[in-house]
Amino acid sequence: MTALSVRGLEKSFGGLRVTREVNLEVAPGERRLIIGPNGAGKTTLFNLITGELRPDGGSILLFDRDLTRDTSRRRAHLGMSRTYQIITLFPRDTLLRNVTMSLLGLHRMRWNPLVRLDAQHQLIEQARSALDRVGLGHLAARPLSETSYGERRRVEIAMALAQNPKVLLLDEPFAGLSVEERREVQKLLADIPRDVTIVMIEHDMDVALGFAERISVMHFGEVIVEGTRAEVVANPRTREIYLGE
Amino acid sequence: MSRARLVAILAALAILIAAPYWLPGTYYVNIATQILIYAIFALGMDLLLGYGGLVSLGHAGLFGVASYAIAVVLAAGWGHAAAIMLALIVTVATTAVFALMSLRATGIGFLMITLALGQILWGLAYRWISVTNGDNGLNISSRPAPFGIDLNGASAFYYAVLVVFGLVFAAMALFVASPFGASLRGTRDQPRRMDALGYHVWMIRFCACLFSGLLTAIAGILFVYYNQFISPQALALTASAEVVLMVIAGGAGTLLGPVVGAALVVIMKNVVSAYIARWNFMLGAIFVAIVILMPEGLVPGTVRFARWARKTLAGPVPRVATDPEPGR
Repeated sequence: MTALSVRGLEKSFGGLRVTREVNLEVAPGERRLIIGPNGAGKTTLFNLITGELRPDGGSILLFDRDLTRDTSRRRAHLGMSRTYQIITLFPRDTLLRNVTMSLLGLHRMRWNPLVRLDAQHQLIEQARSALDRVGLGHLAARPLSETSYGERRRVEIAMALAQNPKVLLLDEPFAGLSVEERREVQKLLADIPRDVTIVMIEHDMDVALGFAERISVMHFGEVIVEGTRAEVVANPRTREIYLGE
Repeated sequence: MSRARLVAILAALAILIAAPYWLPGTYYVNIATQILIYAIFALGMDLLLGYGGLVSLGHAGLFGVASYAIAVVLAAGWGHAAAIMLALIVTVATTAVFALMSLRATGIGFLMITLALGQILWGLAYRWISVTNGDNGLNISSRPAPFGIDLNGASAFYYAVLVVFGLVFAAMALFVASPFGASLRGTRDQPRRMDALGYHVWMIRFCACLFSGLLTAIAGILFVYYNQFISPQALALTASAEVVLMVIAGGAGTLLGPVVGAALVVIMKNVVSAYIARWNFMLGAIFVAIVILMPEGLVPGTVRFARWARKTLAGPVPRVATDPEPGR
């Protein structure tokens, strides 16, 4: 059984083919890295996997369940969670409320107009522990607008982890972070238990290569090389296209 | 709830309950009644505009549907209770149809579709003469008498409206603090993220439209009982724009803002217009001043100003010497 299986995925924007027959098999618990130059179609692939874009062809399976036609929200309920390359949070709310919103998304209570959200102590405690997990528990009551970029990145990860996903898709989680912040996020990702499968897009080779077990290299919407770190780095096509040699 | 907030609520309640005694005459009691009716209407709009980020220019149409439903059903010989129930059902059903069509879009698209639907209802009120009596409108001969209480006097009707307003305000306060209220605000701020988090964005907006339609229906019913008359004028585009103005002027996405906005517009229309012929110009000038000086609206703007004033009056915070190497 694979955790995530992408088969022959096709997507075009007008005359531009942004993914071409993309195939991806990610084993349960695996740490997969997707690399490629800008415009290679990595984020589009994530958007197709999470259902934010509809593919023109091909299929997507989560633990052998075909969810190609399922909506984005359905995929979240089935155990797929993601972070965004451009941070997408609730700017008017506190960190705690941001994570609470993430938990509420999978909770039946989200439809309830007759109780106070602040009085849902169990949900709020869960949100608080998700913030503790990413080292932001002490900032729970701080409005998001008063936090640093690095803290927001960690809030994104806390929101994704709070949903207890089976498959976690991280879109450039190290982008824009300082060296210190990168180290913190790196440790945070290393601590994620093995029952969560992680697929990550990243440009920072220093941190990403250390994290990944298998790597897929994308170029012009195609996966051109796939293998272990050593195999990918040794492949002349990777060096030619991505590493600039 | 903080002590200050509790005191403020009790003070506001005392002022509202005592209004017929301290206001100078029946005319002003009627103005207060109008303010409360329009405040309910504005709260319904605020639910969509302030909390849902959806600007509707068709709400006067829904307001009119409720009013006409009461007038038509009463004219057919039904009782007040049946007329009110039917008006609520018909208006919420119309809102559902509106929402099904207009929620295919957001932003300007939503605004334009609601504008068109509102205009269709206005056109029906004008042209469906056999039902609406066209330009002449419809009269109703009596007000209901709940528990045998006669509501024909200005004060009695004011108290009835105040009770309904209190219930609506409490329901709104509960709604916006609820998980569903938080979900609605989430769809306003980050619809894409909400979808990825597992929320049904369209359904949340649809339910919000229904609740907004319900509040609008309540306002429409009170309006027709207040005036004992309804005409197509109540459904006009200007009426929809006016309620949007109330919400934006008072503070969208707040509970008190629409109430303050409704008071501002109703007082300008009914009181200031008695002294100043060009009251519309005055209202426009006030609105421009609000947009420039307090773009978030009167209520949040005043809160911001009060915080700034408190901080300024308190003076600079004294610097505390800190140990450069704590722990040593």
